[in-house]
Amino acid sequence: MKYKSVFDIIGPVMVGPSSSHTAGAVRIGLVARKLFGRKPTWARISFYGSFAETYRGHGTDVAIVAGLLGFDTFDERLPNALEIAQAEGVDVSFSAEEAVPHHPNTARLRIGDDEGELELVGISIGGGKIEIVELNGFALKLSGHHPALLIMHNDRYGTIGAVASVLAKWKINIGHMEVSRKEKGKEALMAIEVDQPLTDDLIQELEQLPNIIQVAKLVD
Amino acid sequence: MFRNVAELVEMAEKDNIKIAEVMIRQEVEVSGRSREEVIAQMDHHLSVMERAVERGLEGVVSRSGLTGGDAVRMQCYIEGGRFLSGETILDAVSKAMATNEVNAAMGVICATPTAGAAGVVPGTLFAVKEKLRPTRMEMIEFLFTAGAFGYVVANNASISGAAGGCQAEVGSAAGMAAAALVELAGGTPSQAAEAMAIALKNMLGLVCDPVAGLVEVPCVKRNAMGAANAMIAADMALAGIKSRIPCDEVIEAMYRIGAAMPVALKETAQGGVAATPTGRAIAARIFGASAASK
Repeated sequence: MKYKSVFDIIGPVMVGPSSSHTAGAVRIGLVARKLFGRKPTWARISFYGSFAETYRGHGTDVAIVAGLLGFDTFDERLPNALEIAQAEGVDVSFSAEEAVPHHPNTARLRIGDDEGELELVGISIGGGKIEIVELNGFALKLSGHHPALLIMHNDRYGTIGAVASVLAKWKINIGHMEVSRKEKGKEALMAIEVDQPLTDDLIQELEQLPNIIQVAKLVD
Repeated sequence: MFRNVAELVEMAEKDNIKIAEVMIRQEVEVSGRSREEVIAQMDHHLSVMERAVERGLEGVVSRSGLTGGDAVRMQCYIEGGRFLSGETILDAVSKAMATNEVNAAMGVICATPTAGAAGVVPGTLFAVKEKLRPTRMEMIEFLFTAGAFGYVVANNASISGAAGGCQAEVGSAAGMAAAALVELAGGTPSQAAEAMAIALKNMLGLVCDPVAGLVEVPCVKRNAMGAANAMIAADMALAGIKSRIPCDEVIEAMYRIGAAMPVALKETAQGGVAATPTGRAIAARIFGASAASK
C-alpha cells in the first residue's frame, strides 16, 4: 500500500497552490534549515527543470525561503517569506539554471553565515514528498518512500553504533542506511531510512549523542 | 485492512457500522495513535477547510491574477434568487471555488486528496450543512468516509494529475464527496459506493492541462463542476439508482485510462486548454516567451 493513512488523503494542511511546487519546496528549505541548525544570513538558490520555468507562478521561491526561516508548510506567514527574510537581514538570491536535471523539480540551495556554509540539492517528487539527493557534496540515495534521518557527525568510532542503539530503544527498524565521509576522521554523513514514524523526542535524544553535529528528519 | 471498495462496504455492513467508523478503526490500528488523537486531527483539518471557505467568500485574488472572486460572484447570484438549477448545488459550486481560489492565492487549505482538487469535498459538505444540520462529529465522519474511498483510489489507481490526469484528482474528489454525502444523508454503505461509481464514471478521461502550469485555470472551475457532479451522483444513489459497473471496476478503468493518457495531458501544461492560443499567451505573460514556446 503506497498510502497508509487517511491523512495522506484528507491532508496535508498546507499553504497553496501546489503540493509539489509549494509544500515540497518548503520542506526542502526546512531540511536545509534544520541541518544548518540556525538561521542563515545568506542563501543562493538555483532552480532546475520545471522549478526553473514556473517558480514565480507557484511561489516556489517564496516557499524555499519560508522553509529556511523555519516556517512549516501550513504557516500563514509563508506568502510573506521574502519580505520577512529581508526584514530579518537574510540576503537571498535566485537563479534559473539551464542544465537539465535528473528530476524536473530540482533545487540547489547554498546557505551560510560567518561561521559556516551548507549546500544541499533537493527534489520534490509529488504530493509534498521530497528527497534530498546531495548534501555538502555527499550523494544520497534515499527512496523517498519511508521516513528518513540525515545525521551530520564527526567520523569517530562508536557514533554509528550509538545512533543504532537509540533507534533500537525506540523500536525503530532501519530499512536502508548509508554512511559517507570526505576524509578519515573529518565530517561524515549518515542517511538512514526507517519503517516507523520519527518523533521529536527521538530526534532530541539523537542530537545529544557525542560527535553528532546536526540531525534532520525527512518525513515519509 | 480493506483493499478495495467491495471489502470496505462488506466490513461496514457486517458490523453494522458507518464507513467512517471502518476508516477510524483502521487509522487507529495503523498509526498506533489513540481514537481521540485521530478524531482531533480530523477536527483540525475540518477547521482549516471552514476557514478557507470563509476566506474565499470574502474574496481573494491569486498572484498571477488569473483566478479569484468567482466564489463571491456566485453567492451574489444565489442571493438574487433567479438561478436555474438549485440553491444547494450552487452553494457547493461557490464553496468549492472559494477553497481553490484561496489555494491559488497562497492561502492555507487542506489537500483532499490534493491541493488542486481541495475544493470539492469541503464545498459539498458546507453546502449541505444548512439542509442536513449535521453535528460536528458527523462532519468529521464525512471526512473519514471521503478519506476511506480516496484511500482505495490512491492505492489502486492514482490521485495525482501527473500520473492520471484530472480524473485522478477532481474525479477522485467528486467520487469521495458523493460517497460521503450519501452516508451523511442516511444512505447505506453500498449506496455510498454506488454514488462514488456514478460520480467517477462521469469524470473518466478528464485531462490535466493547467494553463502556464499553474493550479488555477481550469482547476478552479473543474472543482466547481466536480462538486456539482458529486451532489447529483449522491442524489441518484439515494434515489436507488445503481451503477451497472461496480465501483472497483470504475476505479480500475480510471487507472487504465490514466496510463494510456498522453504525457502532454498530464500536468505538463503542453496540451489541452494550456496549449490554446490564449493559454500560451497567458503563459508568455507570466513566465516570458521561452517558457510558453516549449
